[in-house]
Amino acid sequence: MSSILSLYRSAIGKKAVMAVSGFLLVGFVLGHMAGNFKIFLGEEKFNHYAEWLREIGSPALPHGGALWIARIVLLGAVLLHIHSAWSLTRASRKARPERYRRKLSARQATYASRTMRWGGVIIVLFVFFHLAHFTWGWSWAHPDFDPGNAYRNVVEGFRVPWVVAFYIVAQLALGLHLYHGFWSALQSLGWDHRAIDSWRRPAAATIAVALTLGNTALAISVLTGWVG
Amino acid sequence: MRLTLHIWRQKNGGDAGGFVSYPRQDVSPDMSFLEMLDVLNEELTEAGDEPVAFDHDCREGICGACGVMINGVAHGPEPGTATCQLHMRKFKDGDEIRVEPFRSRAFPILKDLVVDRSPLDEIIQAGGFISVNTGSAPEANLMPVPRRDAERAMDAAECIGCGACVAQCPNGAGQLFTAAKISHLAELPQGQPERASRASAMVEVMESYFGSCSNFAECEAVCPKGISIDFIAQMNREYLRSRFK
Amino acid sequence: MNFDAKVPSGPLIEKWTKHKFDLDLVNPANKRKFSVIVVGSGLAGASAAASLGELGYHVDCFCFQDSARRAHSIAAQGGINAAKNYPNDGDSVWRLFYDTVKGGDFRSREANVHRLAEVSVDIIDQCVAQGIPFAREYGGGLANRSFGGAQVSRTFYARGQTGQQLQLGAYQALARQIGAGTVGMHTKTEMLDLVVEDGRARGIVTRDLTSGAMTSWSADAVVLATGGYSNVFFLSTNAKGCNATAIWRAHRRGALFANPCYTQIHPTCIPQHGDYQSKLTLMSESLRNDGRIWVPKTAGDSRSPGRIPEGERDYYLERRYPAFGNLVPRDIASRAAKAVCDQGLGVGHGGRGVYLDFAEVLARLGKASVEAKYGNLFEMYERITGENPYQVPMRIYPAPHYTMGGLWVDYDLMSSVPGLFVIGEANFSDHGANRLGASALMQGLADGYFVLPYTIGNYLAPHMGEEPLSTDHAAFREVESQVRERLSKLLSIDGKRTVDSLHRALGRVCEDYCGMSRERQGLEGAIGQIQALREEYWQNVRVPGAAQDLNQSLEKAGRVADYFELAELMCRDALDREESCGTHFREEYRTDEGEAKRNDEDYTHVSAWEWTGADSEPRRHKEALEFENVPPTQRSYK
Repeated sequence: MSSILSLYRSAIGKKAVMAVSGFLLVGFVLGHMAGNFKIFLGEEKFNHYAEWLREIGSPALPHGGALWIARIVLLGAVLLHIHSAWSLTRASRKARPERYRRKLSARQATYASRTMRWGGVIIVLFVFFHLAHFTWGWSWAHPDFDPGNAYRNVVEGFRVPWVVAFYIVAQLALGLHLYHGFWSALQSLGWDHRAIDSWRRPAAATIAVALTLGNTALAISVLTGWVG
Repeated sequence: MRLTLHIWRQKNGGDAGGFVSYPRQDVSPDMSFLEMLDVLNEELTEAGDEPVAFDHDCREGICGACGVMINGVAHGPEPGTATCQLHMRKFKDGDEIRVEPFRSRAFPILKDLVVDRSPLDEIIQAGGFISVNTGSAPEANLMPVPRRDAERAMDAAECIGCGACVAQCPNGAGQLFTAAKISHLAELPQGQPERASRASAMVEVMESYFGSCSNFAECEAVCPKGISIDFIAQMNREYLRSRFK
Repeated sequence: MNFDAKVPSGPLIEKWTKHKFDLDLVNPANKRKFSVIVVGSGLAGASAAASLGELGYHVDCFCFQDSARRAHSIAAQGGINAAKNYPNDGDSVWRLFYDTVKGGDFRSREANVHRLAEVSVDIIDQCVAQGIPFAREYGGGLANRSFGGAQVSRTFYARGQTGQQLQLGAYQALARQIGAGTVGMHTKTEMLDLVVEDGRARGIVTRDLTSGAMTSWSADAVVLATGGYSNVFFLSTNAKGCNATAIWRAHRRGALFANPCYTQIHPTCIPQHGDYQSKLTLMSESLRNDGRIWVPKTAGDSRSPGRIPEGERDYYLERRYPAFGNLVPRDIASRAAKAVCDQGLGVGHGGRGVYLDFAEVLARLGKASVEAKYGNLFEMYERITGENPYQVPMRIYPAPHYTMGGLWVDYDLMSSVPGLFVIGEANFSDHGANRLGASALMQGLADGYFVLPYTIGNYLAPHMGEEPLSTDHAAFREVESQVRERLSKLLSIDGKRTVDSLHRALGRVCEDYCGMSRERQGLEGAIGQIQALREEYWQNVRVPGAAQDLNQSLEKAGRVADYFELAELMCRDALDREESCGTHFREEYRTDEGEAKRNDEDYTHVSAWEWTGADSEPRRHKEALEFENVPPTQRSYK
């Protein structure tokens, strides 16, 4: 434990924590998307899936227990991910107190890598809205929210064009974030062995595109009336 | 060629500094960038002004003494080339060229384009060596080194220590420099006994001066020796391992 | 005048072993009571400072660069020789010794050269243990190549950057001692004078190149490892900062200067391309393995090289030296290039260049295999000249590269001033009148790692218990005030000409009259011209800025002022040596075929010059050289 704490004091350690928490979150968003695809199977299957999530681990765990454990782990990962990013950004700003007068001209840094910080902010805002929209059902976000019917909530929620537009923007931001983030995490953990070297970039691209397209497709399917 | 130079002039570390413009006529495309500055300095001296101070020495791209920001790029527009090997034929007639010193908290400006890069030496002093006293070495061919390892070590060892990686990094990180040295020694059997302590000690000093790595890969793009960021991954691995030993 | 080479008695191969045993030792606990100053951090300086620090001496190391790693040893390309005989091709310590003595045209000390060959094998062991990534065979053993026309493969290399890797190895060993606190490192600090008191070197005076602050440093011994003086020619392959101030100041304080006229001109450099040119770039000699050197047969032939038919080209090295062809030694290749250019046959800017043509090998082996061998050199050539050597022949011209001359030292590497040691290129030892390829790195590291650390103890041991001279002592005060005076004089002249313009003028005189070939009349005229230039310098130079500041013009000004005096001595030595040997070629002394003609009867000696004042002629001393093991023969490459 103490070696992990001391590790977190170093910048490379923070990057490792950012990478591991990032992988956890990537795993979550992939699973989340896969589960949500059940919406194409109809209202009954989808609501059954939503209920099943609450029953995982029963009877050893109380109703919704596993979900809460997952939520706590995810929240922890999010907080660590943000805190490490925040403190590394601050340290990096301090490393160059005097800015260049002539702006640095990027040589090979990708757009994705240069937008990680603001992209991250968009994703945080989106997650907050997403929770208000589909989990907490706050009325400003979702006037017709019904806590007992996840399927209807999604269908009603995605019938509003500006909401779908915001989702699409957020998914693009997420895609960009993951395109750099996934590769970067491998780099930060030092996983660059010759055997995997050639697929690090393609894997990052595949994950980023799959997530963006998948999630966007779901929202658009509802908006266009193909689902629901 | 005609050009307009905008050069950062700063009397000393305490001075605020600012750009001064120098219109240039008759610049030969065969001149090196530093020879172009030499000619400017000759004229400034003759006119009774102080010449522009800039670091340089071998002018063959190997000593690593030179290095300025040219239009926002460390060592200028030509990839794989130190400032001293950049030639004016890479510019166009009528170009405006902005010349700034490398900037980083770790590299305070001493005068004009000259900065203090001694933190790079401190990183090496922390552990960038193999502890072998003179005379105590075994016969050289006693320990075979696979050719691939020797080549990879050499890829890293080519670093000239110019600091362009730090200058170009949006985070002001010194990772490529440090990684190159850690990897060079970690690749070789001779470097094994101190492998973990070396990585940990060098990273500690590096982090006390420089920013952290966001994997932008800007350092690799401006490195006069084209040192790969794969070595940064290797350094991360070496360091993380050293923490769990 | 203390002038004994102190070569140990006994058979040649036992001299060094016996001498090591005879040397006085400083006991380990007492070493820390001695302080040593090392000036310079190249191969010789860094390896010496690190080794002395390891032994326990209190060491202070100085360099003018912003990091010890940047010393110009870093730019050596080719490799380092050692008599390991790994390729099993018949090499031995004796053969390396023999080749070096012969290569130096019988103007070096046999005992020194043999010691160099002996310790060469230890250098490789040391460097490998330090992690220097030498080229390897597939089996993991060290690779060797033949270099500079040697008949055996004894050169170890790390791509085309052997000097860089060895320099970084020595620098890392030094960094380790700095980290451990045994060596105090002073970068951006230039030695401006030597302090001699009571006939012994007692310390130095330095200037901090950032703040301009002057400081005195006292020590029990001073080691100069400050490199050569090729920059006396203004255009050379040396780094811009390379300078002779440390050795010249020591010379003025009593150290003899040996063989200043032995300067090596490297044949394969990129020619000058304009009047603004600041330095010349060397390209590895290995290019001559496959490139063919030629010039047009008619003067003023301005056709592009591709349009000149075979019959109208003169492959002059192949014609004159059918046995060695394009692979003749450096001095011969350089002189031949100058000769054809003097006839007006040269090509490129100012007619100072010859073609190095790869068309034949490209046609024979194809582009891919040429690229594998010389890719990085071709790239470098294109970067500098903008011409693609795969399509048009390279243009090359010789350039000043290395100086065999330097401060005179005895077998222990101590100069004629007790307590002042000189190592590496800064001293005169080992290479005689011509240095072989891949031997400079060997000598620098031999001196620093394996010779000086033993011999310095012999000097220090009898001084055990003596207090070092206080920097408040009048001797230090006096030197400081002289240094200060000299700097303010330079700043106050406020004339019309820049330092560089006068340095260029000096360089041109040296190149024209004391370069690849010399003759009496030219040298006499050159001495007068140099004196006139020196006078103009002290009356008409303009050095802007202040002494208490980072002032690069002032740094240059002090160095160039010393070059005027050194250049004059170089010409005097060339004038005095009425023979041709190695790189020293006097037009008057040549064989009927136009080759160098030695005069062993009158000149088998080291000329060691004593400073007698700025306006009086220097005094020449002779150290006779004896060749008991390698009888002098005429070099022939026909």
